[in-house]
Amino acid sequence: MDNYKLLSGNEALAQGAYEAGVKFASSYPGTPATDILEYFTQFKEIDAQWAINEKVAFEVALGASFAGVRSIYSSKHVGINVCMDPLMTATYSGINAGFVIVTGDDPGMHSSQNEQDNRLIAKFAKIPLLEPSSPSEAKKLIKLAFEISEQFDTPVLFRITTRIAHTKENVEVGKRIEVANKVFEKKPQKYVMVPANAYKKHIDLEEKLIKLQDFSNNLKENSIEIKDKKLGIVCDSVSYLYVKETYPNVSVLKLTMAFPFADTKIKEFASKVENIVVVEESEPFIEEHLLSLGIKCKGKHYTYRVGELNPESVRDIVEEKPKVNYPKPTRKPVLCPGCPHRATFVALRKTKVIVAGDIGCYTLGATPPLSALHTSICMGSSVTIMSSLTSILGSNSAVAVIGDSTFCHSGIEGLINCAYNKAKGVIIILDNATTAMTGAQPNPATGITAKGEQTKKLDLEKLCIACGADIVEVIDSSCSSIEDKIKELIATKKLCVLIVRYSLCKMIDRTKKPAPTVVANKCKKCYMCVSVDCPAIFKDESGNIRIDNNLCAGCNVCVEQCKFEALLRTEN
Amino acid sequence: METINILFCGTGGQGILTAAEVVALAAMYDGYHVKKSEVHGMAQRGGSVESHVRIGKKVFSPIIECGKADYLLSFEKGEHDRMFYMLKQKGTDLFNDFVEASKKISNPKFVNTYMLGVLSKYLSISNESWQQAMKESIKPQYLDKNIEVFTQGNRN
Repeated sequence: MDNYKLLSGNEALAQGAYEAGVKFASSYPGTPATDILEYFTQFKEIDAQWAINEKVAFEVALGASFAGVRSIYSSKHVGINVCMDPLMTATYSGINAGFVIVTGDDPGMHSSQNEQDNRLIAKFAKIPLLEPSSPSEAKKLIKLAFEISEQFDTPVLFRITTRIAHTKENVEVGKRIEVANKVFEKKPQKYVMVPANAYKKHIDLEEKLIKLQDFSNNLKENSIEIKDKKLGIVCDSVSYLYVKETYPNVSVLKLTMAFPFADTKIKEFASKVENIVVVEESEPFIEEHLLSLGIKCKGKHYTYRVGELNPESVRDIVEEKPKVNYPKPTRKPVLCPGCPHRATFVALRKTKVIVAGDIGCYTLGATPPLSALHTSICMGSSVTIMSSLTSILGSNSAVAVIGDSTFCHSGIEGLINCAYNKAKGVIIILDNATTAMTGAQPNPATGITAKGEQTKKLDLEKLCIACGADIVEVIDSSCSSIEDKIKELIATKKLCVLIVRYSLCKMIDRTKKPAPTVVANKCKKCYMCVSVDCPAIFKDESGNIRIDNNLCAGCNVCVEQCKFEALLRTEN
Repeated sequence: METINILFCGTGGQGILTAAEVVALAAMYDGYHVKKSEVHGMAQRGGSVESHVRIGKKVFSPIIECGKADYLLSFEKGEHDRMFYMLKQKGTDLFNDFVEASKKISNPKFVNTYMLGVLSKYLSISNESWQQAMKESIKPQYLDKNIEVFTQGNRN
């Protein structure tokens, strides 16, 4: 039993990659994939790096493969969008040492802006796709992924979902195998993807896919279990486990290598069972392929393309019912007590401008009663959308709000573009010295590496000046002065960057100051204090103000809202 | 044995994920197959938290089917009411024990461990494995106090 550990899907696949001799890993934090790279940081044999964004992460990981070591890229599903450029051509060039691309899809959008199904990317980019159903399977399968990568000279797409990434189970842990480095040879026909070379590589790629399909047909992990022949279910990923839970006695075809499709096995399964139902989350990826093969099958009702599946939804799918049980609303997500962003959003609410937001904890500034963030599309889009809002609606119409890590990810390009195209407006960088949303990872502006070592610290002020900002100012968090400073900068009608800097985010610094005291007889019940949207301060059933002393961090943002001295700071 | 389904729910900061981790580890040390599923990563305190723990000989689904939870451990009234539909008809609702524990235990940080003590009365997991699991998941300086509170819950 000593060699068993309780590991999450992320930890298990990272452990598997470690055992497979991986020497290089790169990623950008994003739920549900963040803790893959974090797991790698414990190993001295692995150079584990946070990259500034997913495109860069992909390229450095691909470069490591070219340099001759087994390499792994990981990110959340939308991170794959950012690295699509190198990905689409790395499939042509192929690799040197094994290279695996991990995508953490998020059906149900537990922590994402969309629920895109990255299985479709395997078909689009023409790369093999492996999908484990559980942590223990992820551990075994990642080793196969590296073998396939090297055998077929291709990157391999390895897809997990939130439900696999964040499930823990007993996982057998083994020893690392050291894999000899491969030699990099100067082969322009392979590594220089100009049209003449790429044309030949595309022919190679099409031939490779036929060989990979043959491999998929013979892969034991694409498994047929024949039981009751009346019903046969074709499934992949975690859906397989829901099928086993709900229908333990039906026949099942589990597609572990979901692309290229194991057509021979699919046809064999179809010939053995009377009725076929496809159970898969998100897009009808497998269903459409079965239909293209002329196999009569039933898929899920279109309403089940939304959200994740569960054991009971498998029954609905088999019985051809639409989705009726949508997830019950949970507590509204809010900024943590003591969050340094809160003061800025309280200030922004008073300015009445349009706030172009970005991706991070601070996106929560959009929800009432703060309601101080009005657009959020993707990483880096605050700066660029703000630049068009101010160009078209006037320089005092909008500001941008972006976190320090997001600014390093893809806000910098937007700022250069603003300067080049003569845009005006105020870009507020909420610098809390961490990547808070995903659990406090370091970034270039913190001067700390993924492994916790000191490194060169990106100087945001100098960078913004160099990018072409007219005015760059730094301010510490303090409710009233932030509001005045934002108004002052808007009035300049120039391209301004305001860095609102906090000593440390509450994700890292858990020290608390004393909670304020409520003076009940002075309270006029205006509820301005509650409007700062902090979970530590609330109205009770009788409408009286209460403070949860266990949650309160003592930031006093609520105290500053009270005009009647009904909330008092408690001195240390 | 039949798979046992335990559902934890409450809000961020109540120690729910730690409690679920301790049960899962203890069951694993006793030789069971365990799956524990939760969604985390949206860094926020005070938001909804739920964790599904399934213990058995061979566990398939990582999440508990609707209406199949054997035990419901809720750490907050609203979350209790929201998740109650997950409990089996003859399942055990431990919310009253939680209300009692909140009064009895002066430091709210230890209520989760008290509830584990209560839960331990219903599960056939050895005391040795519980202790080992707590040792594994709780900071050394708080371990003794946690074991004390766990025992208190177990004897209640």
